[in-house]
Amino acid sequence: MGMQWLQYVASGLTAGAIYALVALGFSIVFNASRAINFAQGEFVMIGGMSAVMLVGLGLPLAAAVPLAVLAAVLVGLLLEKLAIEPAAKADTVTLIIITIGAALLLRGLAQLVWDKRVHSLPAFSGDQPLNLLGATVLPQSLWVLGGAAAAVAALSWFFGRTLFGKAMLATSYNPLAAQLVGINTRTVLLASFGLAALLGALGGVLIAPIAFIAYDSGIMLGLKGFAAAMLGGLGSFTGAVLGGLLLGLAEGLGAGFVSSAYKDAIAFVVILAVLFVLPGGLLGARRSDRV
Amino acid sequence: MKLITRAATALRRSAVALAGALIAAGSASAQEPIRVGAFLSVTGPAAFLGDPEHKTLEMVVERINTEGGVLGRRLQLFSYDDSGDAEKARTFAKRLLEQDRVDLIVGGSTTGTTMAVVPLVEAAQTPFISLAGAVVIIEPTKKWVFKTPHTDRMACEKIFVDLQARKLSRVALISGSGGFDKSMRAECLKVAPKYSIEVVADETYGAADTDMTAQLTKIRGSNAQAVLNAGFGQGPAIVTRNYRQVGLALPLYQSHGVASMEYVKLSGAAAEGVRLPAAALLVPDLLAANDRQKPVVSSYKRDYETRYKTDVSTFGGHAYDGLMLAIGAIKRAGSTDKAKVRDALETTQGYVGTGGVVNMSASDHMGLDLNAFLMLEVKNGAWSMAR
Repeated sequence: MGMQWLQYVASGLTAGAIYALVALGFSIVFNASRAINFAQGEFVMIGGMSAVMLVGLGLPLAAAVPLAVLAAVLVGLLLEKLAIEPAAKADTVTLIIITIGAALLLRGLAQLVWDKRVHSLPAFSGDQPLNLLGATVLPQSLWVLGGAAAAVAALSWFFGRTLFGKAMLATSYNPLAAQLVGINTRTVLLASFGLAALLGALGGVLIAPIAFIAYDSGIMLGLKGFAAAMLGGLGSFTGAVLGGLLLGLAEGLGAGFVSSAYKDAIAFVVILAVLFVLPGGLLGARRSDRV
Repeated sequence: MKLITRAATALRRSAVALAGALIAAGSASAQEPIRVGAFLSVTGPAAFLGDPEHKTLEMVVERINTEGGVLGRRLQLFSYDDSGDAEKARTFAKRLLEQDRVDLIVGGSTTGTTMAVVPLVEAAQTPFISLAGAVVIIEPTKKWVFKTPHTDRMACEKIFVDLQARKLSRVALISGSGGFDKSMRAECLKVAPKYSIEVVADETYGAADTDMTAQLTKIRGSNAQAVLNAGFGQGPAIVTRNYRQVGLALPLYQSHGVASMEYVKLSGAAAEGVRLPAAALLVPDLLAANDRQKPVVSSYKRDYETRYKTDVSTFGGHAYDGLMLAIGAIKRAGSTDKAKVRDALETTQGYVGTGGVVNMSASDHMGLDLNAFLMLEVKNGAWSMAR
């Protein structure tokens, strides 16, 4: 029994790490624009599918992965330039609808550029499962956890130690004041999309060897990441990581002890519960609008 | 006198015109094409079914027209994309029957879209050859409805026969939550006692699930002697990988739903030793030289792969069989009279197709038996005959 426990926790944490990366992307864009970028899941898909294509072209994995992430970042920047920036003066609801449209467009393009099949990437370091205290873990799971941890560490350095990162934070707290002290909030918005795409694509290439990738993988991963971001508190980076891991654990344990047929339902129950009970999420700002 | 001449001239002119019109009409009816209707899920979640089916129909219709058509008439294909939506399938079937006035329909990629259309074709009394899998399509037998693919029940039976041959009797079932998966699970549970197979575990997973270690850990704790995965899409590949990950070494059986090289590629080394029932189309090279199906499957595979530059799939083969059965029936009926074509379809005997040898009867509108399935085993990343 103890061994089963560990098995569920291990698979839960792996999925959770990916949700955390996607949730971070949601929070970064939310902070810069107050909008929810529903094309976030598509960045995951583009990262994974590009890597599959590049490996298929004969590139070594070590070259394909960074190139794939770069491709997704380019798509993220283009999305901001072509769709979000022209509508800069629009309200957030309009922006959100634009991102939904962009997500549909990207998914359609992926069907054309690639295909409608499910693909897999070779695992980064072999398929031989490791035995940890009776639970079996694929080496790729460790890559996922390590990759997510490294991304979170790099992100906290970026926001805490670099001028541009601080400028991004400042913009999220008060865009007007940030503009007054000379921060170019447009550049911040652009960078936020690039950064969100980077995190999403990283998740995509890390998970592709385990969970596979297809043109429509972004839908579910995007929604799960959104649920994680809501759970942790939209806009909070620590919250996003916490929310992702908690959601993954809930799914893993739920699938193990209840039924995996309801696994996807868990994420949506979480969104509803958060909205009813804790609209700000676990670590979100307790904001109240003045009337 | 002048008047009479004028009248005669007019008469002669109109006679010429009339004759001309008659000749025109006559040649038009000789060239009136045979109207073949199709509604397929070319896009959407069932695109992996509808896409090869649509490509196959286009390819075969084109080939037959360049060879001179059927009964001296060209084939004209009316194909619509229902994107896997039963409601849309119904609308398109209505259009096929009422506007396009098709002579027969070959289509229905999924059981859902097929069943939505069955009442329409029964009312319109138009022959309909479905390309979907479930038993409900032909059981109970419907007068105007036929189908080409093997049923999930046959897959269960084929696997159970193989289990018996290996003297194994306790099997663990793991299945997805999709329509195909559920239907096959139910059929397997139903026919298991007939083969004295005991189902000792019955686990399920979600359609988009990416980790089945939990269910497989449970199965590892049961006293099963073999595991049967009734599944479709990417789920079975993940099951296969997780199966090896949790250290299961029992024989693993997959369904005909994943009988494609794609499944083997996705599963990687974990697929070694996996067995599944499949149609001959998957392995033309493994067939004996005197196998009746060998020429059919080899030439269809070659044509398809040279034209579309992608691997052939059994689903496209179902469309090939559907159209060829229809053409055979039209030839035997000697016309496109719907009732005659239907009767000819029902008496199809010894049609050798990609799915097997078809012998229809009044009570069997599919006409395939267990011999239509081969039991394959994955060896060194390729298919081989299981023994």
